[in-house]
Amino acid sequence: MQPSFIKELQNIVGEQYTLTDRESLAVYGYDSTPEIESLPGAVLLPGTAGEVVQIMRLCHGAGVTVTPRGSGTNLSGGSLSGGGVVVQTSRLNRLLEIDEENLTATMEPGLITSALHREVESRGLFYPPDPGSMNISTMGGNVAENSGGLRGLKYGVTADYVMGLEAVLADGQLLRSGGKVVKDVAGYSLNPLLVSSEGTLGFFTGITVKLIPKPQGKITMLAHFPVLQDAALAVSAIIAAKVIPATLEFLDKVTIKCVEDYAHVGLPLDVDAVLLIEVDGHPVVIAEEAAAVAEICKKHRCSFFQTAKDADEALKLAAARRTALSALARLKPTTILEDATVPRSCIAAMLKVIQDSARKHNVTIGTFGHAGDGNLHPTCLTDERDTDEIKRAHAAFEEIFDAAISMGGTITGEHGVGLAKKKYLPKLVGESGIRVMRGIKNAFDPKGILNPGKIF
Amino acid sequence: MDYVKLINCMRCGMCLPACPTYKETFLETASPRGRVALVRKVQEGELDQSEQLLEYLSLCLDCQACASACPCGVNAGELVAEFTCERKESRGLGFMEDLILRKLVPHPDRLETSMVPMRIYQKTGLQNLVRKLGILKMFPKQLERMEGLLPDLPDKPLRQEIQVITPAVGQERGTVGFFLGCVMSLIFSDASRATIKLLSSLGYKVITPKSQVCCGAPNMLGGDMAGLKEAAQTNIDIFASYDVDFIVTDCGGCGAELKKYGHHLDGYKSAEIFSGKVRDISQVLALHADQLRAKLKPLPLKVTYHDPCHIAHCQGIRKEPRDLLKLVPALEYRELEAADACCGSAGTYNIERPEMSDLILKRKLDTIQATGAKILVTSNPGCLLQLKKGLADHLPDVKIMHLTEILDLSMNGQS
Repeated sequence: MQPSFIKELQNIVGEQYTLTDRESLAVYGYDSTPEIESLPGAVLLPGTAGEVVQIMRLCHGAGVTVTPRGSGTNLSGGSLSGGGVVVQTSRLNRLLEIDEENLTATMEPGLITSALHREVESRGLFYPPDPGSMNISTMGGNVAENSGGLRGLKYGVTADYVMGLEAVLADGQLLRSGGKVVKDVAGYSLNPLLVSSEGTLGFFTGITVKLIPKPQGKITMLAHFPVLQDAALAVSAIIAAKVIPATLEFLDKVTIKCVEDYAHVGLPLDVDAVLLIEVDGHPVVIAEEAAAVAEICKKHRCSFFQTAKDADEALKLAAARRTALSALARLKPTTILEDATVPRSCIAAMLKVIQDSARKHNVTIGTFGHAGDGNLHPTCLTDERDTDEIKRAHAAFEEIFDAAISMGGTITGEHGVGLAKKKYLPKLVGESGIRVMRGIKNAFDPKGILNPGKIF
Repeated sequence: MDYVKLINCMRCGMCLPACPTYKETFLETASPRGRVALVRKVQEGELDQSEQLLEYLSLCLDCQACASACPCGVNAGELVAEFTCERKESRGLGFMEDLILRKLVPHPDRLETSMVPMRIYQKTGLQNLVRKLGILKMFPKQLERMEGLLPDLPDKPLRQEIQVITPAVGQERGTVGFFLGCVMSLIFSDASRATIKLLSSLGYKVITPKSQVCCGAPNMLGGDMAGLKEAAQTNIDIFASYDVDFIVTDCGGCGAELKKYGHHLDGYKSAEIFSGKVRDISQVLALHADQLRAKLKPLPLKVTYHDPCHIAHCQGIRKEPRDLLKLVPALEYRELEAADACCGSAGTYNIERPEMSDLILKRKLDTIQATGAKILVTSNPGCLLQLKKGLADHLPDVKIMHLTEILDLSMNGQS
């Protein structure tokens, strides 16, 4: 990057917040995605939305690309720069308003998800999306990736809560879409386009989300299944019985062992799978729902059914589940995680495909995930230095994606396409899908300044 | 340096919210994940060991909160410490390092003598005069900071006063060896005296060998692995000559280091045996909770507890100190938010990186204030020094005590 250009960047955000030393560039060259790195030309940490506008104007004029970055926990390479400028949102982290009359919260993009949870819950309100990385992920990143989480089954994903967005477009112009209104049909709905745009359409500077009343109570349960398929069938049976738990999570044997090794929460080591189930709402209703869930699990041959004795134990179980992906890395240095998603009725069939592919390609795959959403996380445990095994792992995933598509599912439920799943997207959306997406990108960012090379 | 330990980091970012320096800066270079990446890139030849790189690494407190937070078992703090130690070692000890790590620290008598001028400085009133006149402003900032941290010194270090054998009170249930930490003995001798008293009143014969030396932790920091191994060997031999059930320490830092002797002297059986016997005082007292409870008298005080990194993160001890405090009748225990977050002391960090240390200390003081507690309990001399100064400056109503001091107070029935 030209020294004169760097000087201009420094004039905008200040020297202290313009990082260009080799060491800084090196550590902003990765996110949580395995196997890919990309060195940025500079890293900026703006402190105001006005600075973001100036950065975009300058970069647009100079033809330099800009990649927004929150905390760098992206799992599809979406926060990697391709050589341009990385703009980290950490200093734009204020919670601007909680509007209790309209039940909304408005914030800057760098606000940490769990910090929002804490604030709204202290007022008896609730913001449900809770991605596994919520203790460090940013709201800007959650919106850009349309993050899911453990409570998706009952409460949906980030997109279901975004009401208003303020975004800086590639040329520095401000775009506002939506707001605090519950109904709004003026023109095209831009919110859903910007949500899950993976940083390619605009740089968020303001986010308004919907809040709901905090559920009065919850019951957390854990069911042990000696046979994997029984757990999967129980998932479908619970939903078919018209019980919608907030959380319906699945962990297979490999995952159970790794999580237990780290978290010591008393998970069983001698069963093929466990389901972590949480029902929330009015105490009378959840008591009935919990009884129904217990009944169904027993009918599906669960060997042990446990209800968390207090809030502390419930919290520990959920927190342990959040560590699943990272805990799997205890066994092997490299973990390749996917999030193929199928209609929830197909969960048992999908589990079988995963098991068969792992066996066929001779790789170890641990599977966990949001079973109730049909969103599993088959995770291949491998070693980046073993090129042959890496090749086999990718072959196995290719099959898993094909199977997901053939079941009416998708290649990614919540991690985004980014760089990692680019080559699978045409298979899913076809030529027309790619053409329309390109057209949209062109309408927002004809020069291709924002987060280059992602999605398609 | 074990390369596999470096590539085990899968960069999930779970460590970021636990890291004190990341919380202050939001910079990837100041995060555990970033530090592991920097060390890895040096090993892979992608980055040089530049001054800038070492400067980034030196911001790490080695509090190991990242290790507690890491689901895949990476200990970023330890990896950085090992890398820094190896690098310093390859450069060789400088004059000052040699003087301190080889000529001073391994010799308790010399270390004690070196403190005599400080004691005179305090006792003669010279300290008050110097502080009033602001003379220290004329010296390097580090000296002023060091002077400010120093609390009132005891008349004599505990090592010089204590009997080698303190007999058990009543029926003897066993024998423990007591490991005197340098700072505990030199500065917090009252706390260690309370430790020994608690042990003997619970029926332990306490042996305090006078020839024991520093645990070696400063050597590791200074890049002197050979010095650390020498210290370990000396202490192992000394304690092996007594038949003890446990080797007890009331210093979190020493405890963490002593428990690693088996790792440092890999394959050496007696090091493994030694480390296997090491217990933090809270672990031993917790074994006899019922008996202890019967001896404790009411202390109507609001108390909170700060987890020293070397006890919570390095030794995994969190429950015992809290359980012990809750034994005291009438004591109102209030949990501290982020109790196991570092206080910014971290060995000599508070002198070397004063600005970052002060930011971290401020967070800790804010949480202490929020509890409304009037007594802050902790059990590591570094934390005691740092927080004593911090409380005196900002929350003068709150007093700090070592865990064994408050238990001793309750046993004596004074408030």
